[in-house]
Amino acid sequence: MTDLRVCHLYPEHLNIYADRGNIAVLRYRCERRGIAFAVAGCGPGDPLPEADLYYLGGGQDRDQVAIAGDLVARAADLRAAVAGGAAVLAVCGGYQLLGHGYRGHAGDDMPGTGLVDVVTEAGPSRMIGNIAIRCELDRGDPRTVVGFENHAGRTHLGEGVEPLGRVLHGHGNNGADGGEGVRAGRVLGTYIHGPLLPKNPWLADWLVRASLERRHGTVALDPLDDALEGEAHRVAERIAAAG
Amino acid sequence: MIPFSAKVAAARAAAGLSRRAGAGGGTSLPGKLLLGMDPDAVTRLSGRLSGGVIALSATNGKTTTAKMLASMLEPEHRLCRNRAGANLASGVASALIGCRGADMGVFEVDEAALEELAPALRPRVLGLGNLFRDQLDRYGELELVAARWRRISDGPWRLVRNADDPLVAALPATAGSLSYGIDDPGVALPELPHAADSKWCAACGERLHYDAVYLGHLGAWRCPACGSARPSLDVAATSVVFDGLAGTDITLSTPLGDRRVRMPLPGLYNVYNALAAVAMACAAGDVPLERMAAGLEVFGPAFGRFERVATGGGEAVLVLSKNPAGANEVIRTLAHDPAPKRLVVALNDRIADGRDVSWIWDVDFELLAPAVESVVTSGTRAAEMAVRLKYAGVDPDVMTVEPDLAAALDFAVSARGGPAYVLTTYTAMLELRGALTRRGVVPPYWEAA
Repeated sequence: MTDLRVCHLYPEHLNIYADRGNIAVLRYRCERRGIAFAVAGCGPGDPLPEADLYYLGGGQDRDQVAIAGDLVARAADLRAAVAGGAAVLAVCGGYQLLGHGYRGHAGDDMPGTGLVDVVTEAGPSRMIGNIAIRCELDRGDPRTVVGFENHAGRTHLGEGVEPLGRVLHGHGNNGADGGEGVRAGRVLGTYIHGPLLPKNPWLADWLVRASLERRHGTVALDPLDDALEGEAHRVAERIAAAG
Repeated sequence: MIPFSAKVAAARAAAGLSRRAGAGGGTSLPGKLLLGMDPDAVTRLSGRLSGGVIALSATNGKTTTAKMLASMLEPEHRLCRNRAGANLASGVASALIGCRGADMGVFEVDEAALEELAPALRPRVLGLGNLFRDQLDRYGELELVAARWRRISDGPWRLVRNADDPLVAALPATAGSLSYGIDDPGVALPELPHAADSKWCAACGERLHYDAVYLGHLGAWRCPACGSARPSLDVAATSVVFDGLAGTDITLSTPLGDRRVRMPLPGLYNVYNALAAVAMACAAGDVPLERMAAGLEVFGPAFGRFERVATGGGEAVLVLSKNPAGANEVIRTLAHDPAPKRLVVALNDRIADGRDVSWIWDVDFELLAPAVESVVTSGTRAAEMAVRLKYAGVDPDVMTVEPDLAAALDFAVSARGGPAYVLTTYTAMLELRGALTRRGVVPPYWEAA
């Protein structure tokens, strides 16, 4: 039987924007298709479970600081997992920690895993609001992602690094270069929560397919009735466009 | 220079104009005008109240607690109160402009506005209830709100605080402060809920241990690392017995003695509201226990808090549900009664609701799903709410998406059977009431709180 194993990193610390909603969507969309779904939490000091998808959410500043060191100590293990075909989804604070780290205003620096070549520095104000971006994760198949962003960090991508998408409405990585998030193979980072996946079911399915490839090869997913999700997506895009 | 009394008169006239123009109840505008003319207006007006001011703040329960306290004080005092959640400086100033002849003030204050309003109001008693995550896009992280409270909690007032909330209990306090909490493990939860906001010790950062969890992160907590723990309770509920949605029996333990009380309100969160009101009445010093109990026993629900209304086509129960902790308690209360229910769940994303609606994924709609007979989702984010309910296990076949609030309500109450339960965010509640007021079936919101 096809099965998907998810590792939810620091579920007790990184959960500020209802991150469990992303897990609930992945579970539902797998189980509806007869794909067994298992999620294992991983807290500070726990052994890193073997998984097809590693998930990192966002947290309060204090909770992010509390786990940053533990996460960095796992950088080599995570890099090996990705080299072995695992996918990663990191949202907001988790996205920042996936890069080279966070440079704060005064002494509140946080190290990062360096799994993706991005660096974040504290900005003078928070970038808050509805957001919509244009992505092309599979060439020739452009899609939109909608959601909400709320971050003080300005994230800059290294030379040649690909953003997850281009900002249609909202701020994105830094409010200046038009990029949002990062995409490196099966590793995705983004500031978009809301949570991310319920209103963007195509992205949930893309992640399920990318994660299953590690042990199951290419798996075709049966279509689901996404009428409600589609309507929620359209409303969110309209609200983002209205500013 | 214009005399202060003339400024007040001008602002008061504006309230009347606002009402006559149908622009609402003037719950904020007159205060805004007056504060523009005189930034010290709140201090000047509240200083005239001979019996002083009692102020309270919390993420959840402000309006109900203030109404409970008023119900205890009103037999002896003429109160000045802010209404309908108008709890920023402009709302408090509007209330002060509007009440002539009052001898005491009872004000609910927005969590983020307290740092400004407490020094302006100089209350005799300051009640601090609970801190839950709420509108992160507006208030910021919980820690930021706690930091604002830390700067004012030990001012020249008698502090009354919820000892069961580790963040509130850790606030600095002057001598004579009172602590309240629940002391009945029989109504405890099996574990800390996933949406709990404050799992770590405020003093040392270690994980807290709970001997009993009552609601969110509220409970009998202690830190195994540094030894800090829930303070001893001056006011407690020592026995809590629920009677479904009809009411709750509690035994109050207070410095004035013990008393069994029957409250006509459901839910453990209302027990916390009652304890806050009783503890503030104790701190105020001139309220006998009998009058506290009587105030709770005759208490009708505050505006939109399990409030039964006729809609013109049937009956509805309006339930404000605006953040995860509050909504989870509403759901826990509704789920006590397993009868199938018709629901309206209205989600708006206006500024006063919070533009960010991700919080609905921290609400345990899964608990309610088995008891849903049908549901209409409504508001500016009606479809998004439907998606949430679908993933919570509600069958899409019993769901209807109707963004128009009044149409959604009419659709829900048109079926036969018991009342429709209407869970709404703040602005959706105001809009819905506006529609019902225009039909002449409920009083306008500025008279209802």
